[in-house]
Amino acid sequence: MGGPQVSEVQGFVTESLGRRGRVPEHLLQHLIAVQQRFGWVPPVAVESLAAELDVTRTQVRAAIAFYAFLHERPRGDFDILFSDNITDRMLGNRHLLARLAKQLGMGTHETRADGRVTLGLTSCTGMCDQGPALLVNGRAVTGLTAERIDRIAALVGECVPLERWPGDYFRVEDNVRRRGLLLSNADADGAGLRKLVDQGPAAALAEIERSGLRGRGGAGFTTALKWKFCREAPEGDRYVVCNADEGEPGTFKDRVLLTSYADLVLEGMTICAAVVGARRGFIYLRGEYAYLLPHLESVLARRRAEGLLGESILGQAGFDFEIAVHLGAGAYICGEESALIESLEGKRGVTRKRPPFPVVSGYRDRPTVVNNVETFLAAARVVRWGGYWFRGEGTDQSAGSKILSVSGDCARPGIYEYPFGTPVRRVLIDCGAERTQAVQVSGAAGTTLAPAEFDRLIAFEDLSTAGSFMVFDQSRDLLDMVQNFAAFFAHESCGFCTPCRVGGALLRNLVEKVAAGQASEHDLAELRQIGGVMRQTSYCGLGTTAPNHILNTLDKFPDIYRRRLRSADYTPSFDLDGALSEARAIAGRDDDAAHIPETLPTTAGAAV
Amino acid sequence: MSDKPRVATVSLCGCFGCHMSLLDIDERILQLVQLVSFDRTPLTDIKTIGDCDLGLIEGGVANAENVEVLREFRGHCKVLVAVGACAVNGGIPTMRNQFSLRECLDESYVNGVGVYHPGIPTDAEIPLLLNQVHPIHEVVKVDYFIPGCPPSADTLWTFLTELLAGQPIAFPYTQIRYD
Repeated sequence: MGGPQVSEVQGFVTESLGRRGRVPEHLLQHLIAVQQRFGWVPPVAVESLAAELDVTRTQVRAAIAFYAFLHERPRGDFDILFSDNITDRMLGNRHLLARLAKQLGMGTHETRADGRVTLGLTSCTGMCDQGPALLVNGRAVTGLTAERIDRIAALVGECVPLERWPGDYFRVEDNVRRRGLLLSNADADGAGLRKLVDQGPAAALAEIERSGLRGRGGAGFTTALKWKFCREAPEGDRYVVCNADEGEPGTFKDRVLLTSYADLVLEGMTICAAVVGARRGFIYLRGEYAYLLPHLESVLARRRAEGLLGESILGQAGFDFEIAVHLGAGAYICGEESALIESLEGKRGVTRKRPPFPVVSGYRDRPTVVNNVETFLAAARVVRWGGYWFRGEGTDQSAGSKILSVSGDCARPGIYEYPFGTPVRRVLIDCGAERTQAVQVSGAAGTTLAPAEFDRLIAFEDLSTAGSFMVFDQSRDLLDMVQNFAAFFAHESCGFCTPCRVGGALLRNLVEKVAAGQASEHDLAELRQIGGVMRQTSYCGLGTTAPNHILNTLDKFPDIYRRRLRSADYTPSFDLDGALSEARAIAGRDDDAAHIPETLPTTAGAAV
Repeated sequence: MSDKPRVATVSLCGCFGCHMSLLDIDERILQLVQLVSFDRTPLTDIKTIGDCDLGLIEGGVANAENVEVLREFRGHCKVLVAVGACAVNGGIPTMRNQFSLRECLDESYVNGVGVYHPGIPTDAEIPLLLNQVHPIHEVVKVDYFIPGCPPSADTLWTFLTELLAGQPIAFPYTQIRYD
């Protein structure tokens, strides 16, 4: 492969620098632009960016190595990544990948020799209600079927550019199935913002406080308190960040909110800016949703034109607020707020030590409010309709409603909004789930529920959730889910701390050993032991929650492990006799002495 | 004599450095033989193992004989200990894991500098090598792991005396820091 001309790459980098800015914070955005334009980041782009942004070449290369969607080697002209969440697997994504690879005459994880096409897998792309899905050059293709795969093989074979692929391949449905407080009030007339201007930011904050609104990203921190801390921070710049890095497997509600409720999300951010005194805000949009960028840019432009964004909002002198959209590039960890801020600053998304929390020292070490998409939407509604309106639903500790992303084995996957305090069973009935074996609430990092727990409540005081709700019926082997999640966490660990980096890989290997029918009781004890250490000692939430699914299923579904055990005691972690294969071939031997017998004396007890 | 705990030791794919480190307990070895009696170990030159209370394994698992010996130790020892980096992680010998076995043998016996009469030995007396070198816990269940290359004499002394006294094993910081 010849690759692009040096001058062409340099020209593009120069143009990108002119358009996006010359500060080191924009490094990641430049890299994403280069990746999109050339299909990889050529060495000359690394050199140019390092020189122009005054960062080291190593920093640039470290960023490329960190983000899954950036590459130091050329990818195919068609870079095709199949979403590999467990819900995609349940819908047969592996068969479809194999089918496409066969038709294209290549392996399932490689770039074809002629450089036309690359195939591979990627973490959940947030299309679980309309999977299996894939990304081609960053664009989501949903509802894959064998016919669609055959057609894609033909389009790739004929080198048809994406713009001329059938438009319905790229159609992403909202699938809103149940509307509650938030989703049934989609009117985006700026009434909340007007009320803010009429009554002042202090009154708006009082409404938020009255509403009892808590963060919708999963942790449930009281929103009014967060805003208040930021508002009361010493003089100087402060920032508002919307966390749209919806990476938790099985979650896709933010995609819908940004598609059909973008105005309300932006209004919530603008209200927050007025309350805390910020002049700049960011939407950190996960790379998988890059297709939403033109839509968001157009909504932002319209709001500027309508005087709802920009300088002197609604004619108020001094009420200035501008929002920029920053893209992620395939890193689950960036959903954690401090990693997200690192990424906003153009660096690798490694979590920061806390405290100080972002609300004290966030973007550029200044006070920063980071809230979930849904939280901003709720805040806009609360300011418009009042805190008591919001409190009218929910429980004591969990006011209002929660938007769930329902996927897996049910007749009607999609978006469901419920008052907090709704039992899991109710959701299962509404989405048409039958013979349900288990529900995974709040994503891979969440809780695995057995049928005996289906009366538990969606609420911070019982089942706290960011909204992912994956259903598994009795036809499923839950160990497939465990294998999928274990591989996910091993892949998504940022590598900074040992318990998560090493523990994640060990858990994945042990789960694979169980799945291969090679494990023993000893390995199950190891799973518990390593999982416990990860919970206790990992640096951030990714590591502390990564073993949840294993520890949950070991307790609640022991049979998925037990029925595969090879021995009650101990089994080696590799095929001992198979490990002599090369030596036997070299020595030309196959006699009995050239083999290792299956088992010898069993192990003894433990204590002296 | 027979009521003393019996201890066996062996070096698999190791350099005997851990055994040398054990000997570095110096005159305390006189105390040690008061506490235990030795079964199979290079120190006694006994070649077969009997029932033991404690087995100390140095080195990783690189060939079929290592597997056999390790299984015998596991079968005969109540408590089995991985001593040193190679037993714990595979150590230096795992550097060959990034090459195929044939590449390694070709380098040693065919293409290497100063090789006379090139040819890979295939005598049946020579144990067959495994495709890769493994830590011992991948082959048998291991009860304790003592890191270090080698663990210092004091570390080994602390481990042995506290284990034999039936106490939880607690190392002073100086015995488990490696830089």
